[in-house]
Amino acid sequence: MLSEKIVSEILVGIGGTLYMTAFSTLFAYLFALPLGILLVVTKKDNLYPMVTLNRILDVIVNIGRSIPFIILVVLVIPVTKAIAGKSYGTTATIVPLVIAAVPFIARLIESSLQEVNHGVIEAAQSMGASIWTIILRVMIPEAKTSLIVGATIAVSTIISYSAMAGAVGGGGLGDIAIRYGYHRYQTEVMIVTVVLLVVLVQFLQVLGMKIASKTDKRVIR
Amino acid sequence: MTALNGINLDINEGDICGIIGMSGAGKSTLVRCINYLEKPTNGSVIIENKNLSSLNDKELRKVRQNIGMIFQQFNLLLQRNVEDNICFPLEISGMNKNECGKRAEELLKLVGLADKRKSYPSQLSGGQKQRVAIARALSTNPKILLCDEATSALDPTTTRSILSLLKEINKKLGITIVIITHEMSVVEEICDYVAIVDNGSLVEHGAVEEVFSHPKTDAAKKLVYHNNSSVAEMNSKRCIRIVFDGKSSYEPVIANMVLECKAQVNILFADTRDINGKAFGQMVLQLPEDNLLADKIIYYLKDKKVVVEELLDYVK
Repeated sequence: MLSEKIVSEILVGIGGTLYMTAFSTLFAYLFALPLGILLVVTKKDNLYPMVTLNRILDVIVNIGRSIPFIILVVLVIPVTKAIAGKSYGTTATIVPLVIAAVPFIARLIESSLQEVNHGVIEAAQSMGASIWTIILRVMIPEAKTSLIVGATIAVSTIISYSAMAGAVGGGGLGDIAIRYGYHRYQTEVMIVTVVLLVVLVQFLQVLGMKIASKTDKRVIR
Repeated sequence: MTALNGINLDINEGDICGIIGMSGAGKSTLVRCINYLEKPTNGSVIIENKNLSSLNDKELRKVRQNIGMIFQQFNLLLQRNVEDNICFPLEISGMNKNECGKRAEELLKLVGLADKRKSYPSQLSGGQKQRVAIARALSTNPKILLCDEATSALDPTTTRSILSLLKEINKKLGITIVIITHEMSVVEEICDYVAIVDNGSLVEHGAVEEVFSHPKTDAAKKLVYHNNSSVAEMNSKRCIRIVFDGKSSYEPVIANMVLECKAQVNILFADTRDINGKAFGQMVLQLPEDNLLADKIIYYLKDKKVVVEELLDYVK
């Protein structure tokens, strides 16, 4: 049904999607984690109130969240070129993926950290814990389950973004789906890639939830 | 808004001091001023000759390591087991892991939870969680223990056991304990000294016996006689005569009946005497108007093997 050439291209596509997703998630978390923490601790009445900074960050995150991804890819082409040397292909696509994912993930982290009971933080303060100790040993570990669930959501979103980037030559499964399915009317190729994407997201979702509940000590098993 | 005003309170080393007040009186804010979780806009908090307002952040954190605190909602780290919870203040103070484990074991013995070392908070009852919280608060050998409504989320039996643990700790370790509560019974049970907070100010303080026997202010009176609802006049026509025919006079039958049935009775006539530890005589009681309650009282007394006879037309 599918020619050998297409099969090998799909295999490369799977690799491309995994590659983009893995590195985008990694780099996005590198920026989003500190940003998410800042969004929480600089709030009024929180650990390190800096209301103006908090408001500025809030606006920046909202702007980042409101630009449609496909537009963002085009918008940041100069940045992509400066960093990756070109604007198409899997490696280059990581740049807009990270830019789009950072504000989104920062919000996920923010909401996870805010779930931590204020009383527990107060208890740590009463023990003489510093802000860093509270962030690293109280807030993050206590929010662990929620952070893992958030990461699962983030990865699924990045996969779907990476597929969207296929429309502008991003590489990966999305790229194949658009080139063969849309431009060449080879519906069967498109269906195969879509099924693969569904399976991939499904698998990561189940895995993420499993890890989250396995590591959660708040429930009695 | 001013939460607290004009608070002048000395707490002696080794005392158990109760701070009591209605909810919203400002007592939680007051206890947070003691370890500067809440920084007073004015005035000073002096602990062992150290004025907390003169300290920088780092020095303040050092002082806090010397002040343990427990809370109404326990505030344990839910993703850490019991041992690691107790070790947390020690980690902050920079103790190594090995020593932490040893210290945790000692403390768990002290609070009676030696077998729960590896349990998680979710596997413990409220009383056990508070014991862990106490062990955690004591881990750094603090001189002061602050208790913010520490028994308010617990049932009466557990409350008593936690209070006796606190008393034991106070005696054994000589630690100063400050207890915030809205329950008079907590103060009565373990405190040496009591301070009454009302509407953000300290209205009365002194030794517990003194304040409780001679409450001077309205706020104190309200707390001491909290069931101060005036006794309703009894209009019931149902009366009973009960006869004591030589049962133990050590059993307070009438008092127990009032407590058990939660009903008021009016003693209209009593002629009883104690002969060699046995009660003889009779008593006439006017029963409550509520027939169900009255029946309950008669049933209770009969159950206690007291001779009960209903009197008709004793009161008109």
